[in-house]
Amino acid sequence: MDTSRLVRVDEATWKLEPEGAMRVPAIIYGTEELVREMDEKVLEQTRNVACLPGIVKAAYALPDAHWGYGFPIGGVAAFDADAGGVVSAGGVGFDISCGVRTVTTGLDRSEVAPVVEKLADALYAAVPVGLGRTGQIRLSDAELDAMLEGGARWAVAMGWGDPADLERIEEKGRMAGADPSAVSKKAKERQRAEMGTLGSGNHYLEIQVVDRILDPEAAAVYGLVEDQVVITIHCGSRGLGHQIGTEFLREMAIAAQRYGIVLPDRELACAPLRSELGQRYLGAMRAAINCALANREIIDHLARGVLRRMFPQAKMALLFDVSHNTCKLERHRIDGEEKELFVHRKGATRAFGPGHPDVPEPLRKVGQPVLIGGSMGTGSWVLAGAPTSEEKSFASAVHGAGRAMSRHEATRQYRGDQIVAELRERGVVVRAPSMRGVAEEAPAAYKDVDAVVLAAERAGLARRVAYLRPIVCIKG
Amino acid sequence: MAGRYEHFVHGADIGVRGIGPTVEEAFVQAARALTAVMVDPDRVTPREPVAIAASAPDLETLLVDWLNALLFETATRHMLFGRFAVRIAGDRLEATAWGEPIDPLRHQPAVEVKGATMTELAVRRLPDGSWLAQCVVDV
Repeated sequence: MDTSRLVRVDEATWKLEPEGAMRVPAIIYGTEELVREMDEKVLEQTRNVACLPGIVKAAYALPDAHWGYGFPIGGVAAFDADAGGVVSAGGVGFDISCGVRTVTTGLDRSEVAPVVEKLADALYAAVPVGLGRTGQIRLSDAELDAMLEGGARWAVAMGWGDPADLERIEEKGRMAGADPSAVSKKAKERQRAEMGTLGSGNHYLEIQVVDRILDPEAAAVYGLVEDQVVITIHCGSRGLGHQIGTEFLREMAIAAQRYGIVLPDRELACAPLRSELGQRYLGAMRAAINCALANREIIDHLARGVLRRMFPQAKMALLFDVSHNTCKLERHRIDGEEKELFVHRKGATRAFGPGHPDVPEPLRKVGQPVLIGGSMGTGSWVLAGAPTSEEKSFASAVHGAGRAMSRHEATRQYRGDQIVAELRERGVVVRAPSMRGVAEEAPAAYKDVDAVVLAAERAGLARRVAYLRPIVCIKG
Repeated sequence: MAGRYEHFVHGADIGVRGIGPTVEEAFVQAARALTAVMVDPDRVTPREPVAIAASAPDLETLLVDWLNALLFETATRHMLFGRFAVRIAGDRLEATAWGEPIDPLRHQPAVEVKGATMTELAVRRLPDGSWLAQCVVDV
């Protein structure tokens, strides 16, 4: 990205004042190096978002931002329904409520290391991964609707999860306001056999070791101890979310004209919050959030079953579960006045700071855990929402490393079996159904996640707590 | 002139592009490009036909609908498709896709495609008279 048109506000904040049809400024967070590496399209897309009706304060791009469809991935924008604000399917993304959860196990690295291959085999057998693999669970129409209403609470009630988890999931495991009747038959059909499946691409299930602790106080509150083993899961709302995204993107693109919304780009497809279409999307999108919460709860349940059988001494507890493709109604202070806003986070994690009432009480004093997935083999980060995140980005932080290389280029440069062998040398055991899939996900195809989280810290979005190093990676 | 397909680079995602002497053939090739994101289309045995119909206000939206209809069939029938026949009349598409159930061991499918998007979406005639049909798919 050409930074000459931007004003550098501080070390990690860049601003484009409103020009043309922009209603608010565009703000890009990132170190000079990261911002320069960003595609020009990130600025163009952030500017376009700044033109949408009812947008409040600014359109934001975070340090891991990259070119998306309509909104950039790594983008945040909040809209005021009272000011004609909109909701956008492209501002949430296809994989609605895609997210990350991390579970502490109480196990030490030394207990797991001798049986790491056996553990990888057992996890790979227990959790369906990749295209065309279905789960053991088949849902009737009534059960599908109950799942879409109940989220992780439904999964727990069905016996696929620990009731103690619910306090440690955003929205306490169930997104309110879901409307299963707004979810099409096709979307439900795509989900019927997919509960408890991981999917493919950058989704994974990993066994990781707490490698480094940077903030001992927050780590203690989060229950993270050096050399302790944790489970981390990255996945979303599967076929149901993809189908909802597909259908509403199309419907909103066609309807925009009817609502008198001029779109600088068809992909910015949106509808007024106070419209039948806007409300229907919110109902369907919230149902998809519940689908993702239920899905992660079930996968976690399957993974914990494996660990419990192999390590009866394990004491497993959910650290936290975050979603990074959402639109949520939240209260934020704008010019000293508290307002209800619809905050879109596309490839962005909510990051409430210390003391926020929506952070579970045991974690509240240090802030919300922000779980950042890295690429295969390069580990993940646990951050904590910073006190300044509210003012900086409607309490949002980054979501991952972001790709640096196309899938095509990755398969040209790498071979899956070589990547698997190299990772094994580095102490990461990989299980995956497709060697081409592994090559496409080569660690070098991703940006440096360490640089991304450091930039998030410098920008005042979140602070680093601990680095998690993978020892087993199950890929779709 | 026979049709052909290719992929183009788009950040984290992939662009699919079909080129052919007719708009129908361009749609067929775009579908092959879609399959090729997941698996080599020539490794899919075209033994089971699936009928697909779609209608849209314009050809570009029709392309997105066509690719999304194929993704729906892939997801719900757990099938991959390698051969296609497309007829377009006005705003309506009628097609047959031939394929087979996904065999993870034999097909080794790479990434799952989540949806076809309107990014870089185009259906148009090229200067040489052939047709191009393309868009970015979310993976």
